[in-house]
Amino acid sequence: MRSLTRHTLFWPLLALALLLVVNVIATPSFFSIRIQDGHLYGSLIDILRNGAPTLLIALGMTLVIATRGIDLSVGAIVAIAGAVTCTYLAGSPDEGSVSRAIVAMSLAVGVCVLLGLWNGFLIAVLGIQPIIATLVLMTAGRGLAMLITDGQIITVNNALFKKVGAGFVLGLPVAILIAMAVFAVTAVLTRRTALGMLIESVGINPEASRLAGVRARTITWTVYVFVAFCAGIAGVMIASNTSAADANNAGLFIELDAILAVVIGGTSLAGGRFSLTGTLIGAMFIQTLATTIPTIGIPSETNYLFKAVVVILVCLLQSPKARAALSVRRQSPLLTKGSAA
Amino acid sequence: MTQMSAAPAQATRTAEPVVEMSGVSVSFPGVKALQSVGLTLRPGEVHALMGENGAGKSTLIKALTGVYSIDEGTIIVGGEPRTFSGPAESQAAGISTVYQEINLCTNLTVAENMLLGREPRSFGRIDTREMNRRAGSVLARLGVDIEPRSLLGSHPIAIQQLVAIARAVDIDAELLILDEPTSSLDADEVVKLFEVMRTLRDEGVAIVFVSHFLDQVFEISDRMTVLRNGRLVGEYVTADTTQLQLVQAMIGRELETLEKIERQAEQNTVRATGTPLMEVLDLGRKGSVEAVDLQVFEGEVIGVAGLLGSGRTELARLLFGADAADHGDIQLRARRTKLRTPRQAIDQKIAFSSENRRSEGVIGDLSIADNMVLALQASRGWLRPLPAKTKERLVTQYIDALDIRPTDPHALMRNLSGGNQQKVLLARWLITEPELLILDEPTRGIDIGAKAQIQQLVADLAQQGVSVVFISAELEEVLRLSDRLVVMRDRRKIDERSNDDVSVADVLEIIAGEVRDDA
Amino acid sequence: MSVQAPVIKDLGSSLPESVRRYTPPPRFYPVIATFALFVGMFGAGTIRYEGFSSPQVILNLFVDNAFLIVLAVGMTFVILTGGIDLSVGSVVALSTMIAASTLRAGWPAPLTIIAVLLTGSVLGLLMGLVIHYFEIQPFIVTLAGMFLARGLCYLISVESIPIKNETFTSFAMGTIEVPGGHFITPAVVISLVVLVIAAWALHMTRFGRTVYAVGGSEQSALLMGLAVARTKVGVYVISGFCSSLAGLLFSLYMLSGYSLHAVGMELDAIAAVVIGGTLLTGGSGLVLGSALGVLVLGTIQTFISFDGNLSSWWTKITIGVLLLVFVMIQRIFTRRPA
Repeated sequence: MRSLTRHTLFWPLLALALLLVVNVIATPSFFSIRIQDGHLYGSLIDILRNGAPTLLIALGMTLVIATRGIDLSVGAIVAIAGAVTCTYLAGSPDEGSVSRAIVAMSLAVGVCVLLGLWNGFLIAVLGIQPIIATLVLMTAGRGLAMLITDGQIITVNNALFKKVGAGFVLGLPVAILIAMAVFAVTAVLTRRTALGMLIESVGINPEASRLAGVRARTITWTVYVFVAFCAGIAGVMIASNTSAADANNAGLFIELDAILAVVIGGTSLAGGRFSLTGTLIGAMFIQTLATTIPTIGIPSETNYLFKAVVVILVCLLQSPKARAALSVRRQSPLLTKGSAA
Repeated sequence: MTQMSAAPAQATRTAEPVVEMSGVSVSFPGVKALQSVGLTLRPGEVHALMGENGAGKSTLIKALTGVYSIDEGTIIVGGEPRTFSGPAESQAAGISTVYQEINLCTNLTVAENMLLGREPRSFGRIDTREMNRRAGSVLARLGVDIEPRSLLGSHPIAIQQLVAIARAVDIDAELLILDEPTSSLDADEVVKLFEVMRTLRDEGVAIVFVSHFLDQVFEISDRMTVLRNGRLVGEYVTADTTQLQLVQAMIGRELETLEKIERQAEQNTVRATGTPLMEVLDLGRKGSVEAVDLQVFEGEVIGVAGLLGSGRTELARLLFGADAADHGDIQLRARRTKLRTPRQAIDQKIAFSSENRRSEGVIGDLSIADNMVLALQASRGWLRPLPAKTKERLVTQYIDALDIRPTDPHALMRNLSGGNQQKVLLARWLITEPELLILDEPTRGIDIGAKAQIQQLVADLAQQGVSVVFISAELEEVLRLSDRLVVMRDRRKIDERSNDDVSVADVLEIIAGEVRDDA
Repeated sequence: MSVQAPVIKDLGSSLPESVRRYTPPPRFYPVIATFALFVGMFGAGTIRYEGFSSPQVILNLFVDNAFLIVLAVGMTFVILTGGIDLSVGSVVALSTMIAASTLRAGWPAPLTIIAVLLTGSVLGLLMGLVIHYFEIQPFIVTLAGMFLARGLCYLISVESIPIKNETFTSFAMGTIEVPGGHFITPAVVISLVVLVIAAWALHMTRFGRTVYAVGGSEQSALLMGLAVARTKVGVYVISGFCSSLAGLLFSLYMLSGYSLHAVGMELDAIAAVVIGGTLLTGGSGLVLGSALGVLVLGTIQTFISFDGNLSSWWTKITIGVLLLVFVMIQRIFTRRPA
């Protein structure tokens, strides 16, 4: 199993390594990390920090995709999380207090969990296709976020809140620490409990899983709650980074980046086996790509082109049909037997 | 191998066969699905194609219609050797197929379904009026009174089936293939279908009829071709053949290569006494099984015999809650219980191994170990993972006990042979320590060694007090293992007897319906 | 035969045959529901706001949403086969960019138009081929198409490019008088022509019926010997073509090409199609419904512009709620056994 993991992660790793090499050639100091005021700085740290929200959501998305689902609403949930946090803080008498920040962020994540419950209800209980069910919240969610912020960009001043996205602990950006913590928790939850196996079995063969007594409905519901939870944290993080809630632009297209990260990481959109490490690499790849393109003198907006190429390549690599078409087919001569009377 | 019977009276007027297949072989990776099979179809005849699951009936049909390409053999259509590259080509040559799962679009109208792809057109646009008129006239010819403009989905399955046939008829088919057209019809509807079939036959159409209902086959067909395990058993004239002969031809007697397993059941003193572990009364579900009564005692092996489509699988699914029964009572250990989901059954220590290993058992991309512990893990819930040590112990124990190859617990399930997959699935259930084990065709499609091992296992389990419901198409196997025998036919339980000196011939007679009264 | 005639047969036996037999076919029900919704919303607006019921307000729904109608028509074809096309918004943006940049480079307008329409169709063709022949989900393929088109925009220019070509500007400024002193734009005429052609193609040609058949059951369509491959690829070509045509109309509307045009417009198109009563699982729906769906979306906008106090975000929330309602209705509808 270990050699298999290595095998499935080979291409994503190679792609990431290539990107890093390109960066080092373009900027020889790319790998250097310096310490300033007891904080770590450097391109790699930036990539990790800026990639943290995408990674968070991609982790949840990995589990959703493993059950053959998809969640398009995470971008909207990000906006709602930011809106709730900042609106609550801005509206409270002691905007800067620690306890207020904790309440605000918990409230935001709590609201997101509710939204996840909603998505999960539509999908697991009512049996609506995931893509349609989450489209509802994708459309309405940003409107809700604007409703909360009253259409304003709400800026707040709270030290603890600011720390989540922009601060440092033990020399490391808090965002990275949070993302790594969620990664670790997810890994433990899925691989140290039976959750991962049950998710995979539901994704691979739902009917066989049902007959084996797996509560597919509960599992499906859980993963949508989880991805919303992740999106909530990511939303708080993104808002914290600028100390502001921008309901229009926070987390715009992050659902697509997250899906991309999962696919690049080798988890098939058809469900089944998933790799959290692959998703980590995928998320890092996307962030590195975004960093690389301006570095080598291409307008950063063309980022999209590269993403398009990567998606298509990854999908073609995963598609049995495409692989069959690429590999040379040889017709083995069949043994001829005497025909019966 | 082919044994041609004397020419039937009816077919003498027609000399040239519509289709003549001979020496046809088809293989899939690792499987020889058809070996040198022949089929001759004459105009104005209904020809039944018979055989158990996996006998190769549908492969033969698909080889004829060009869905599969053949490795060897010839197909002569209308006097010329042909190879079709797909259904569209064979359709053009006058061969129409109506599949069991009706391949029409319920979101379109009846007329559209009948004429899709051949719509009458005028000035480049579809002439809807003409289309409806034409559809109406074909339906009228078949005596089907429905509105051509109505949505297909608004009609019951039986009518959809007739629309599918009407579509085939409109193509001016010389050969009409009906693949299990009656499996979802009730008696009246079957009568109607047969009327249509006779009308077409009398117009000179050759009809292939695939069905598991023997009475129907004897009622409608002129000839029969029987397949078994991808080989041709023979062609028979229906009028000269008895149901018993047919059943024998279909099921066959496997060569007794298996070592004789001592029937341990005879030492079972508890059987059929005391409170039954499970007792069902009047259990049934519309369209799958009619009211069945059954008692299962501790340590007892109940063998269920019956042909495919007899309701044997459907009964097993009801006993496990895989399908919810719509009437009847289930008592477990003298307590009334509802079994509406597999989960409820598993909690009651019931286990069920499905006949559809691939689609309802195997989780292909998971390892042997994960597949084995799946049911136990599912009932523990995800928060209480099986300790790694326990898991390893159980897995190695069962890999060892059931002689599973490869022995590596991390090997992916999809890479295993059918027999080993089956053993892993048995292990999945044995690990849950069931009190009632329902096995639906556990030995189908696996090699003889694994088969013997599984049979031995069943005998051992019963010895240990586990109750087993054992379903198999192979009567020798059923008789060898069971204490009591239940025979199913036409979705009903038609016979139940204790397995004392019951011979294969006896069972064949019961299935064929030639013995109606018994002790 | 055991088939009974429709139950309520003699209810209206006194009516002439043609009238008695006419009840709208069930496939029209969703469209009727959408139409009722549209009328209801408009009625509410009329009661609430002065001047809401002016014919020009209705006409403006078409004027302001002509491009979206074209877009939704293309999307309807795709969704009817059970697919989805996320690329349409980006293709609109790309079309405005190609139009603006080629016109700036001095291309004659007809050549520009051909280039734009060709680009959209080819993109659709490529996506369709990948979807059908490599069996990759439409979602991910058109997602890649979305990125690709958006990326190509930026490749052309990051800045907004104004359109100054006379043919374009005169066409954009042009209005067509309608009786009563009101007007529409040529774009409206184009969108309605597209609508009529699409409806005709879907209902009167084999291609159209095959679109429905594929959406109903691809397997069945294949076994019936229909041209499934051509149809499946075809709908993406149509969607690509419609997107680029919508892009042309949009560039007329905005008189500029910009990479950030039409961000998220694919969602509006999908929403319009769903609200128009087309099943997202395919096989059922009408382009007329999609056009009505666009009008419903337009009415929401009109509401907000008439009411000084309603904020713009209510648009999104309302669309979301309408989507939910229609998806739920569809779910109930499809769950019922056939």
